[in-house]
Amino acid sequence: MNVVVCVKQIPDPNSPGKLDPQTKRLVREGVDLVVDPGDEHAVEAGVQLIEKHGGEVTLISMGPPKAADVFRKPLAMGAHRGVLITDPALENADALSTARAIAAAIKDRSYDLVICGTESTDGSSGAVPAQLAEILGLPLLSFAKKLEVSDGKAVIDRQTDEGYDVVEAPLPAVVTVTGGINEARYPALRGIMQAKNKEVKQVSVKDLGLDGKVGKAALTQEVVDVVPAEARKAGEVVEDKGEGGKRIADFLQQLKVI
Amino acid sequence: MIPIWVYAETAEGAPKPITLELLTKARALGEPVAIALGPGARQAADALGKYGASRVYVHEDPAFRDIVATPAVDLLAKLIEKDRPTLVLFGMTYEGRDVAARLSARLGAALIANATDVVEKDGSFAAVSPVFGGSLLVTTVARAKPPLLAMLRPKAITAEPATQPASPKVEVLTDPVDTDKPAARVLRREQQKAEGPRLEDAPVIVSGGRGLGAPENFKMLDELAAEIGGAVGASRAVVDAGWKPYAFQIGQTGKTVKPTVYIAVGISGAMQHTVGMKGAKTIIAINKDPEAPIFKLADLGVVGDVHKVVPQLIQEVRSRKRK
Ligand SMILES: Cc1cc2nc3c(=O)[nH]c(=O)nc-3n(C[C@H](O)[C@H](O)[C@H](O)COP(=O)(O)OP(=O)(O)OC[C@H]3O[C@@H](n4cnc5c(N)ncnc54)[C@H](O)[C@@H]3O)c2cc1C
Ligand SMILES: Nc1ncnc2c1ncn2[C@@H]1O[C@H](COP(=O)(O)O)[C@@H](O)[C@H]1O
Repeated sequence: MNVVVCVKQIPDPNSPGKLDPQTKRLVREGVDLVVDPGDEHAVEAGVQLIEKHGGEVTLISMGPPKAADVFRKPLAMGAHRGVLITDPALENADALSTARAIAAAIKDRSYDLVICGTESTDGSSGAVPAQLAEILGLPLLSFAKKLEVSDGKAVIDRQTDEGYDVVEAPLPAVVTVTGGINEARYPALRGIMQAKNKEVKQVSVKDLGLDGKVGKAALTQEVVDVVPAEARKAGEVVEDKGEGGKRIADFLQQLKVI
Repeated sequence: MIPIWVYAETAEGAPKPITLELLTKARALGEPVAIALGPGARQAADALGKYGASRVYVHEDPAFRDIVATPAVDLLAKLIEKDRPTLVLFGMTYEGRDVAARLSARLGAALIANATDVVEKDGSFAAVSPVFGGSLLVTTVARAKPPLLAMLRPKAITAEPATQPASPKVEVLTDPVDTDKPAARVLRREQQKAEGPRLEDAPVIVSGGRGLGAPENFKMLDELAAEIGGAVGASRAVVDAGWKPYAFQIGQTGKTVKPTVYIAVGISGAMQHTVGMKGAKTIIAINKDPEAPIFKLADLGVVGDVHKVVPQLIQEVRSRKRK
């Protein structure tokens, strides 16, 4: 079976982000860029599937030219090739343009599953995978904390507020995975060496036949204002000198919790 | 008044809490119109009216319950084409997210995720969403043709019944539902029963972080929660470590809670955690590090060791309750 995994490059979530006050976009200069940790679980899920069923994993990413680095780790984990959608026209693209571009890069390939993270760590709209499924006309299996494929079908445990639902869809389908689905592997040295020879291709908006249909030309929404949120005020901080638990109990009593 | 549509999630004939929150917001912006789908939708109409829905579209086909998102998207797209609303509100929930995102691609419409508010702006609507752990608020407007689809975070709005509850005009739809096309079908539902109140509804939450030291120390928090009628929550660090299931996680990628009292035990207070709990009325924190950021939002902070403070607290609560 063939699997497509969508991976996004993001500023390292462990270093604090900044918004450019002028453009109101994330500042990308001078910060380390990494594979979205959520997408590493998608890569792991894809690699596990082909280890079991055979086939290949193709990575797709949309981003600036240097986002080609995003493929390094997933290729070392066992993916076969990377396709980077990169074009000045896609600068500041919104979720729907991103989904359109990724869909166009996928649609003529032979694939059984498209796997994405549930939401990107930096943008966190979580919209791209469902939009992608709609554009490709495929079922979406979302919030998967378990994924199995057999007999031309995919079955997931779909996270819910109360527990989970077991949900099934025929292939091909789009799946989004939660962090709980697996533990992403550390690439072995052999994988890292092999990754160096794997194919990474770049495609443009024109290659995809999307001239004038994505990016600025098709903006659905725009940020018009950014303001600091109101901060909460600190109260009293006391050191525990053997009375800390009592002090909290007093407070709870005052609040009529007890 | 301008109609504001609400995608009304229901369960067993009653609106889910998020639906009442959305109606409360819709009422402030215009005249709420609810779309309730699946078995029991009709029964929910009265309750929707109490929160201000003046019109309710219902369709009771079981497909809306058994097939994820696509039947709802098909119907919504058709209704929107006919009535042309300018704003449709969804909950930022498992169900709302799938439906709204798919619908945005179908319609080419603007979709704003993670909103905590929707406001009028220049004769139209804009959504406000927190970024960077809630330290900044961004306002986003639609550039695509209407409707604007906005997903509101649970608990962002406090649900309040309308002062003049209406008897809503109920429109029962019978449009055929396409159940043949490839779709995500629910085979079975597993409910993991938790003891005590649901995290989202609990008046008091006792939440544990990595400072507890080991998974078995959560027992202290279970005990404390049981004594004060609260629920137990957790930071992502302990969920990632496998000490607690994901359903306990509070924060940016977990649940948003707004209890009367939130007790943070051994939690540092990272932005991604506090965004999910800083709406609590009162915050109490126990942490051994006087510099821990959680103390910046706590109404009462105790600098101390959880293994000393919590057992004493449990003992104190027990003896005071007995009096
Ligand atoms: C994209 C993204 C999304 C995230 N989403 C979430 C989310 O939804 N929810 C969330 O919680 N986090 C989230 N995080 C993680 C977040 O940044 C923090 O890493 C996490 O909240 C830390 O958890 P913690 O406070 O339990 O652990 P730590 O940061 O390790 O803090 C432990 C605290 O315990 C104290 N302590 C240690 N021993 C004791 C003791 N004996 N007695 C008293 N105190 C003690 C320490 O002083 C310390 O302050 C997210 C991160 C990213 C990048
Ligand atoms: N620029 C991108 N390139 C590749 N995949 C993406 C991109 N943006 C989003 N995705 C995929 O969609 C998922 C959800 O992202 P989002 O909708 O942006 O929150 C991510 O985890 C990725 O799998």
